[in-house]
Order: sequence, then C-alpha cells, then structure tokens
Amino acid sequence: MMALPDAAGEALLEVEHLTMRFGGLVAVNELSFVARRREITAIIGPNGAGKTTVFNCLTGFYTPTVGRLALRHPRRTYFLERMDDFRIAQFAGVARTFQNIRLFPRMSVLENLIVAQHNTLMAASLFSVAGLFGLARYRHAERAAIERARYWLEKTGLTPFADDDAGSLPYGLQRRLEIVRAMCIEPVLLCLDEPAAGLNPRESAELNRLLLAIRAEHGIGVLLIEHDMSVVMGISDHIVVLDHGSLIADGTPDEVRSDPKVIRAYLGEEEDELPGDVAADFGRNHGEGQA
Amino acid sequence: MRPGATARLAGAGMGLDLPLILKEAGLTALVVFALALPLFGFRTVDSAGGLDVAYRFDWVAAAVAVAFVGRALLVAMRTLGGAQRARPGEGLLARAGRAFYRHTTWIGAAAVAFAVLLPLLPFADRYVIDIASYFLIYVMLGWGLNVVVGLAGLLDLGYVAFYAVGAYSYALASLHLGLSFWWSLPLAGALAAGFGILLGFPVLRLRGDYLAIVTLGFGEIIRIILVNWYSFTNGPNGISGIARPSFFGLAFSRSPGPGEVAFHEFFGLDYAPVHRIAFLYYLILGLALVTNLFTLRIRRLPVGRAWEALREDEIACRSLGLNPTNIKLSAFAIGAMFAGFAGSFFATRQGFISPESFTFIESALILSIVVLGGMGSQIGVVIAAFAIVVLPEWFREFQQYRMLVFGAAMVMIMVWRPRGLIAHRDPTVRLHAGGEAGR
Ligand SMILES: Nc1ncnc2c1ncn2[C@@H]1O[C@H](COP(=O)(O)OP(=O)(O)OP(=O)(O)O)[C@@H](O)[C@H]1O
Ligand SMILES: [Mg+2]
Repeated sequence: MMALPDAAGEALLEVEHLTMRFGGLVAVNELSFVARRREITAIIGPNGAGKTTVFNCLTGFYTPTVGRLALRHPRRTYFLERMDDFRIAQFAGVARTFQNIRLFPRMSVLENLIVAQHNTLMAASLFSVAGLFGLARYRHAERAAIERARYWLEKTGLTPFADDDAGSLPYGLQRRLEIVRAMCIEPVLLCLDEPAAGLNPRESAELNRLLLAIRAEHGIGVLLIEHDMSVVMGISDHIVVLDHGSLIADGTPDEVRSDPKVIRAYLGEEEDELPGDVAADFGRNHGEGQA
Repeated sequence: MRPGATARLAGAGMGLDLPLILKEAGLTALVVFALALPLFGFRTVDSAGGLDVAYRFDWVAAAVAVAFVGRALLVAMRTLGGAQRARPGEGLLARAGRAFYRHTTWIGAAAVAFAVLLPLLPFADRYVIDIASYFLIYVMLGWGLNVVVGLAGLLDLGYVAFYAVGAYSYALASLHLGLSFWWSLPLAGALAAGFGILLGFPVLRLRGDYLAIVTLGFGEIIRIILVNWYSFTNGPNGISGIARPSFFGLAFSRSPGPGEVAFHEFFGLDYAPVHRIAFLYYLILGLALVTNLFTLRIRRLPVGRAWEALREDEIACRSLGLNPTNIKLSAFAIGAMFAGFAGSFFATRQGFISPESFTFIESALILSIVVLGGMGSQIGVVIAAFAIVVLPEWFREFQQYRMLVFGAAMVMIMVWRPRGLIAHRDPTVRLHAGGEAGR
C-alpha cells in the first residue's frame, strides 16, 4: 500500500480507553495498548474476555462506545473508530480474518484472492468500463493481481488447489487461505482471530512459519488472538491479556507467563493460593511452546 | 423428512422397516386429509334455491389413499435403494450434467446458430417465430434477473416492475415525444436502471426473505401506480397504438404512409406479414445475445466477481474493503436495465400494453426460470425458459393441468437438483490451464 520506513517497532496502532458496551454488558472496558510495526502482538484471554469484540471495533464492524483507535501511517493517522468497515480495509489498510472462517466458498481459491484486490482492479478497469472493452490497461492489472495471488499461493502450498472451490478445501487450508486473502489487500495491520483453532500440531507449526515470514518480509504489524499457547508463546513479540473485558497484563511472553494475575484468570481461581502442580503445569506448557 | 428418520433409513440398509414406512405414510396421509377435506370435500353447486353444498368425500378418500400408497412406496424404495446409493457410482442425471457442461461452449454456439437460422427453416411459420420471440423475451429477462439473483444473490420478487418501466417508457415516449424505438431503447434502459437504484437504496440492509418481501412490494407499487395514474398512463385501459419499430427507417406495412418507404418495396419483395415478425424475432434475439455477452463478460470483471463474493459472504466482502452499497446498487441497476430493454421490446411487439401484463405472476415466472435453470447459469436459464414458457404453449389443449404439471415439475427439480438444472459454476479465472480435464 505504501512504503514503510525501516524503523522496526515504531507504534502502528494505538488503542486508548476502548470501551464497548452491549446494553448492560461491558464487553471491553477501558482497554489501552499499543501494537507496533514488524511485531506480532498477541491478544489472549479466557473465553468471552472480549478479544473478538476488540477486533470488531478495530475493523469497524462495531462502533466503540468510548475510545480512540489511532492507526499511524507514515504520512497520516486514521482514526478507525470513525470509519466504515470497508473504508478501514480499503484506506487504513487493516485486514482481518474471522473466528469462524469466512471464505467465498463457491468461488475458486484464486478468485478469493482476486476479489481481495477488488479496489485496485476496479480503479485499473475504470469501474469495469475499460474491462468491458478489453483495454490493455485492465488486462495488465488483472495479470498483476494473478501474480500476487500466485505468490501467496506458493508461499502457503495452496497452488495445486488454485482452481478448486474454496469451500472444498480441508479445514487447515481454508484457514491459511483466509490469511493470505487478507494479505492480498496489502494491509499495514493484519488481525487474525484464532488462526490456529482446529489445526493439528504440524499445521500449527506451518502457521507459525507463515506468520513469522509475513512479519519479516512485509514489515507489517500483526494482531493475533489465539488460545493455542504454543503459537502465542512461540511467535509473539508482545502479549496483551484480557479478562472480562479489562486489561490484566501487557508485556513480553516471559513477563506475561509468570504474571500471577494471568495464571489466575486462566485457571479461574479466585483464591490466592494456587495448587502448586497446576501452576507448574501452566508454566511448563508455555515453556514448551517457545521451544 | 426428519433427520432421525433419514438416519434410520440409511441404517436400515436392505431390510424393510415396516413400522417406519407405515408411520411415514400415515403422517403424509393425515396431511393430505387435512388439505383435501376443504379443497375436495365440499363444493358449491347451483341449485334451484341458490347455492347448495355438495359433498365429495369419495375424492377425499381417493386422495388420502393415493398419498398413503405413494409415500409408502417412496419410503420403501429409499430403504431398498439406500445401499445402492451409498456406492460411489453417480446418478445418470449428474453424469449427463457433467457431459453437458464440458461441451457448454459448443452447445451454446449450436443454439445460437439454430436461433439465427430459425426463421429460414421450413417448419418456421408465423406462429413458431412468434412463440420463439416470446420465449426469447423470457430468456432475456431470465438473464437479466440472473445478475441480481444468481450472481449477486439478492432475491428480487419485483423484477417485473423494471420490465413495466421499460415498456411504459417506450410507449409514452413514442406517444408523447414521438421518439422512435431505437431512441427509446436507451432511454428505457436508463429509466429502468434508475428505478433499480431507487429500489436499491431502501433495501441495502436487507437480505433473503426480507429483501424478497420489500421487492415484492415494490413491484406491486409500480403496478398500482400504473393502474391509478390515469392521466399519465391511461390506467387499466392501457396504451394502444404503440409505434412499431422500423428497419433503419423502413416500415413494415403494406401501404406505408406518405414519405415513408416500406421494407418490402425497398428490397423488392412481396409484402408478407411474416417479415415484421421475423424482424421482431431478430431484434429480441439481438437484445438477448447482448444481455448474455454482457453478463458473461462482466462476470470476469471486478464488478462481477464482487457480485458473486457478495452472494457468498457480505461480511467477508466488507472486511476486504468492498463497498457493499455500490455492489448491490450496480447489480440492481444492471439487472433492471436489461428488464427495461426487454420491456421496450415487449411494448413494440404487442403494440398495446396495460398494467395487467406486469403482475406478480410474471416476476414469479422469471424467478422460477432463474432458480430452475440453476442460479448463475446462462444455459440453464434457456432450458428453464423453454420448459416454463414454450412447453405450456405447445400443450395448450391441457390448459387445465398446466399449473399442476408446472408445480409437480418444480417440486421434482427441487428434490433432485436443489441448485437448479445446471448447478455447475466455472471459475472466472484459472491459474492452471486445462481446467476440469486436467485433473
Ligand atoms: N454483538 C453483541 N451483542 C451482545 N453481546 C456481545 C456481542 N458481541 C459480543 N458480545 C459479548 O461480549 C463478550 C465478549 O465476547 P467476545 O466474542 O469478544 O469474546 P472472545 O474473547 O472473543 O471469546 P472467545 O475466546 O470465546 O472467542 C461476550 O460476553 C459476548 O457475549
Ligand atoms: Mg472470539
């Protein structure tokens, strides 16, 4: 979408005092955190903590009750809380995937990736008029779109399935396709809602590699909601922990892993004394994840 | 059937599950009884003292018996056939379908060639050509509605409104402004497209059933306006004496008016009324082919892909930066535009239009053509239009049973091919050349 300055770790998304209420229910409460360019920021928390709601606010599907969501581009800042969902994707460059995969099931894998490049193609085809008359300008643009799609297909091993219906892919490949489809809009911020859900260990290791490659080669920020600790601890640079809509921890994987508040939230323990073996188990799991 | 029953059917394998069969058949018979009692059971007859009620309980009994036996046989057949169906072999229908769409291009080309040559063929008399052009109107309407329903997935039950707008805009333009057919055609298309957008705005947030209801209402509103705006549309009396199209200024009449040249004079032919009918036929053929080519082309363009994406998942579209408003409005506008063209043609072909030609049943007919044909399939629309428009015309003697057969055919198609006759969809772009055969 635009040239990114090389400085890594520069603030990309600043969430300030984000609050989302549904009637009496406070799904997200006074949440503030920063996500940086070239970093994977994980958002974790027990079920119903409000993680998906944060994504829905970021991508314009919900209008936050309170809060500021500033997305910093090199030359301007977008305030996402005021923008329509499709404009956020189109202009601010925030792409997302969904907790329950949302592909275009009766379109081919390749078409899924081409639809994601709609706005570029639309401009190149002069709102399809040039395309209608088969002008060269549109043909070039379409070829470029196919090339971009091919790049992502090859990167994810989806090339042999390019002409199959997206809905006919196995689950793990559908997850991967949804991620690369989001990448095809050339986002500056990629929001992934539980991309490892339902994957087997091998697939989830492949996912890790893909996300690390995206971070390294495309210099964008990644927001990652995930329950699978091997993914979270293995690849994130920074973790934000939510519980009942509120921020309870924010730091590096190591800091978060040893945070007693996090352990308590995950184990649902109200008392201070945790059964020792359970706490140890929790820690060991995370340790394995990072290895 | 309820899922539980299906599971048991599948599990039963070869054996006949008598209690299940009796239960299913009994339930069906009960439903038929409830329906047949008021429908068949009582009848009003004229008698000396006014109306009298006659009872036909024998009919009710017959209907219940037929339903019971039929259902029992059906369930029994399914139970027995269950084992066979589980085998990897495919149904004949599916295989025929596969062969059919492998050769779609050839079949399409042959159909077009046949259509072009039709008026020259020996059996093509006035009546045949006339029916053929009537058929092509529905093909064109089907293709137009296919954009809205088949591609964009917006269930539109008021499509006839745009057809009406096209017909009336030509009729009124020729009557009041003296515009010729060729000038009115784009006008009618533009007006209909405008109405499409007008309808599109209020229904932007609606989908599925709700959208269907509102569009149905819109269709009725247009018809009611046509009936009641007497000073403008001449109300229920309709508009007659609509100008006939000319062949580049050459009129189709035995004795052209002063200063006009007739078609047969210009070409040194004897006057024959079939000239005009053949000309109308070629006109609608041309319009329909334009519709078809346009849709085939636009399917491969960003707009067309966006329509299909919208049909598949609107939320995903939004998340990828596609503006759903523009996509929906463009689908409504383009679908409506083709209806407008077809409406102009209808007006010029009939020479007379009235609101009666634009009732809800027309919308339903066009929609069933699209649904039966297979949503999004161009050839499917042709086949379905043939089945729905031409066959009943041929079997006019059986007028009474037309609707019965029509309903039965609908039910059968929906049972056997719930996605329509031609449910196959070719990707609009391929990465690997060779396509289907390659794998
Ligand atoms: N549109 C909505 N209307 C009402 N309540 C909602 C809505 N969306 C979310 N909620 C509520 O907000 C709370 C947080 O939901 P959210 O989906 O954000 O949780 P989550 O952290 O993503 O959970 P999970 O890990 O199960 O996906 C839940 O109590 C949920 O019921
Ligand atoms: Mg969630």
